[in-house]
Amino acid sequence: MTAEERPLKLTSSPHIKQSEDVRDIMFNVTMALIPIALFSVWLFGLSALLLLLTATAACVLTEHIFCVIAKKPTTVKDWSVIITGLILGLTLPPGTPLWMAALGGVFGVAVAKTLFGGIGYNCFNPALVGRAFLQIAFPVAITTWMPPMLPGRFTSVIPSTLTFPFAKMDADAVYAYIHRAYAMAGIDGVSGATPLSAWKFGEPPQFEPSARLFSGMISGSTGETATWLIILCGLYLIWRGMMNWRIPAGMLLSAFLLSGAFWLGDRVAYPNPFFMLFSGGLVFGALFMASDMVASPMTSSGVWLYGAFIGIVTIIIRIFGALPEGVMFAILLGNAVSPLINEITQPRVYGVVKKRRAES
Amino acid sequence: MRGEPVAEAGGFVSTAMHAPVAGKVKSLDRALNARGEMAPAIVIEYDPDADQEAVHGEPRDITDMSPDDIVQAVQDAGIVGLGGAAFPTHVKMKPPEGKIVDTVIVNGCECEPYLTTDFRVMVEHAKWIVEGARLARRATSADTIVIAIENNKPEAIEAMMEAAPKDEPFVVRSLATKYPQGAEKMLTRALLKRDVPSGGLPSDVGVACFNVATLAQMGQLIPAGQGLIERIITVSGGGVSRPGNYMTPLGTSLRYLLEHAGLTEKACAIVNGGPMMGASMPSLDIPLTKGATGVLALTEEEMRDTSRQIFACIRCARCVDACPMYLNPSMLGLLARKERYEDMAEHHHLNDCFECGCCSYVCPSNIPLVHFFRLAKAVNRERSASK
Ligand code: SF4
Ligand code: SF4
Repeated sequence: MTAEERPLKLTSSPHIKQSEDVRDIMFNVTMALIPIALFSVWLFGLSALLLLLTATAACVLTEHIFCVIAKKPTTVKDWSVIITGLILGLTLPPGTPLWMAALGGVFGVAVAKTLFGGIGYNCFNPALVGRAFLQIAFPVAITTWMPPMLPGRFTSVIPSTLTFPFAKMDADAVYAYIHRAYAMAGIDGVSGATPLSAWKFGEPPQFEPSARLFSGMISGSTGETATWLIILCGLYLIWRGMMNWRIPAGMLLSAFLLSGAFWLGDRVAYPNPFFMLFSGGLVFGALFMASDMVASPMTSSGVWLYGAFIGIVTIIIRIFGALPEGVMFAILLGNAVSPLINEITQPRVYGVVKKRRAES
Repeated sequence: MRGEPVAEAGGFVSTAMHAPVAGKVKSLDRALNARGEMAPAIVIEYDPDADQEAVHGEPRDITDMSPDDIVQAVQDAGIVGLGGAAFPTHVKMKPPEGKIVDTVIVNGCECEPYLTTDFRVMVEHAKWIVEGARLARRATSADTIVIAIENNKPEAIEAMMEAAPKDEPFVVRSLATKYPQGAEKMLTRALLKRDVPSGGLPSDVGVACFNVATLAQMGQLIPAGQGLIERIITVSGGGVSRPGNYMTPLGTSLRYLLEHAGLTEKACAIVNGGPMMGASMPSLDIPLTKGATGVLALTEEEMRDTSRQIFACIRCARCVDACPMYLNPSMLGLLARKERYEDMAEHHHLNDCFECGCCSYVCPSNIPLVHFFRLAKAVNRERSASK
C-alpha cells in the first residue's frame, strides 16, 4: 500500500480548527431571539407579528440589494442581518406603523452597516441606529404604547400599524381602539403607559411592582418586557460561549448600584433598583444589543468598563434626561467610545515591559 | 559503522552528525527538506552485510567532567532540541557571558496536541532524563531542576517522581494541560512567574529549558560516548492504521515511516510536526530530521475544517483571549490585509508572535491569521535585508 503520487494537500498551519464559525454564532443568536419574539406576539397579537416580519424583511432586503449593487456575493445568509431586523422590531412599540419599521430597518442597515463595509466593520449596532433614527424622526409613534394581552389582539390590528407611509399617525385612534377592545370584552381598561413613563410622568410617580415587571405582562416595546425569558435566552448564549457575559454583567450591575444609591437617598422620588433593572429595555439591551460583538471592545477589562459605562449612562438618562428610557442612546454612546476603551485597555504583551512609556 | 560521526560542527551554533545506519557515505548532495528547501545532505548507502545493532562509541566516566567538557560532549554528540525547534542543545547549556542561570526546566509538556512523544519518553526513560538533567545542571551551574508535566499525564508524573532522586534539588510540578504550555516562554511564566523579555532568551531570566526527549538522549548518549542517531516520532491522524510512537533513525524518509505505520488511501495531507504549527509536506520523499516530533496523516474529513469560507473579522475577541502572548491578532489581521507589515511589527508586537496557531484555531471567521503573520514577518525580513 503506497500513497503513490497522490496529490498531497498543502495548507498553512494550524491544520485543525474548532468547528464553529460566524454563521453558527449568528444562527444561535437568532434562535435565542425566537422565543422572545413568540412571547411578544402572544402578548401584543397580530400587530407585533406584522411588525417583526416587516422589520426583518426590510433589513434583509436592504442588505441584499446593497450586495447586488456592489456586485458582491450576498451576505444575508450569515444571519447577522436577520438579527438586526428582529432586534429592531423587538425594540419598537407594538403599534409602530409598519412603514416606519421598514424605514428604520433600511436606514439602520444601509447607513450603519453597509456603508461601513458590512459585517464586522460597523461601529454602531445597526438595529439601534435604525431605532434611534425613528425615535428622533417620529417621536409620537415611537412613544405610543399598547397594554399587553389586549382582548381581540389576534383578530384585529392596531389602527396605527397600517398607517399610510408619511401620513400623520393618529395616536387618539389608538387610544380609542384600546378602549373599544376593553369595552367589548367587558373589562376595565388599563392605560397603555409603560411602567417607566408612569414613574417619570405620572402624578404622583407610580411604581409597577417588580414581580409584574419580571413577568413581562406590562406594556412596553414589543420584545423588551419579558425579563425572565430574555434572561433565559441570554443565558443560553452565554452557556454556548457566544456572548461575552461580562458586558451584560457589567451593565446590569452598574445600573443596579447607581439606581440603588439614588433610591437609598430618596425612596419616594426614585424607584427601587429592581424596578430600574426590570423595566424598559435594560435587560434586553444588556443581553442582546450591548453585547453585539462587532461594536463592543475586545479586551476583558475593556468589556467590563464598557458595560459599566452603558449602565451608568442609562440610569442618568432615565433620572435626569427628558426621556423615560435611556438604554438605546446609552448603548450607542457605548459603541462610540468602545474604540477608545480598546485603546486604553490593551493587555500587557508578554515580556514587554512598560510598553506605553517605551512607545511614546 | 552505525553511529560513526559523519560531519563535524562548523561553528558554535552547529553540531556534529552521526550515521544513523551502517553503510558507506555515497555522496554529498542536496535533498528536499521539511521546510521545502533544497538543503545540503549526506547520502549514506545502506550496507546489507553490516551489523546494524552495534553502535559506535566509547563509554566514558562522567562524574568529573567539567562544565566545558559537558558542553563539548553534547555538541559532539549532535544533540539538538528534540521538542521541534532543533536548536543545538549545547548552546543553551552555556549561558552567555554575565548571565546566571539558576533554574533548569525539564520540559515534559507536550509541544502540541496529538503528539505523545514526551509522554512516552517520561514513562520509559525517566532515568535517562534525570541523568541528562543532572548534566544540564552541572553545565549551567543552576541550583534547581524543575520538571514540568501537564496534569493529564499522571503516569508520567509518577514515573518522574520516582526517578527524581530525593537528595538532589529536583522538583516535579504539574501544570494545567493547555496548548501551548510547552512553549518555553509559557513555561517560565507558569512555573516561575518570570517573563522572558520580548526578543530575549530564557537565559535572560535565569532559566535554561530542555525538552525531556533531549535530556533523555543526553543522559543516554553522553555516558556511552555515542552520537544522536534516532528519535521518537509520533505518527498519528486518521490516515494511518497503526498510529503510535516510533523510534526512528534520522534520515528515514516520510514514506518509509508512514508505510510502516499503515498509511491508507484516506490520507490527503501529510504534516511534519504537530497540528498547530507543523508544515504540510509536498512530497513523501523527505528525510526526517532531528527536529521532527510527529508526522500526521490527515484525512479529508480532518482537513475539512481548515478550508472553510472566510468571513470578515467580527471582532468577537476570541483570538485576543486565546493569544498566549497577549497580542491582538484581530488588529494584526486587519493590518495584514492592508499590507501594513511594518506597522504591525513596530506598534503591534508582530515579532512577539511565535506562530502558535491559537488565534487561527479559534477564529470563527476562519481568518488564516497565523498565515498572515508569517507572511508579514517574511516580508519584513526581506525589506530590512534589502535596506
Ligand atoms: S499565532 Fe496567534 S495566538 Fe499565537 S502568538 Fe501569534 S498572534 Fe498570538
Ligand atoms: S477571532 Fe477572528 S473574528 Fe474574532 S476577533 Fe479574532 S480575528 Fe476577528
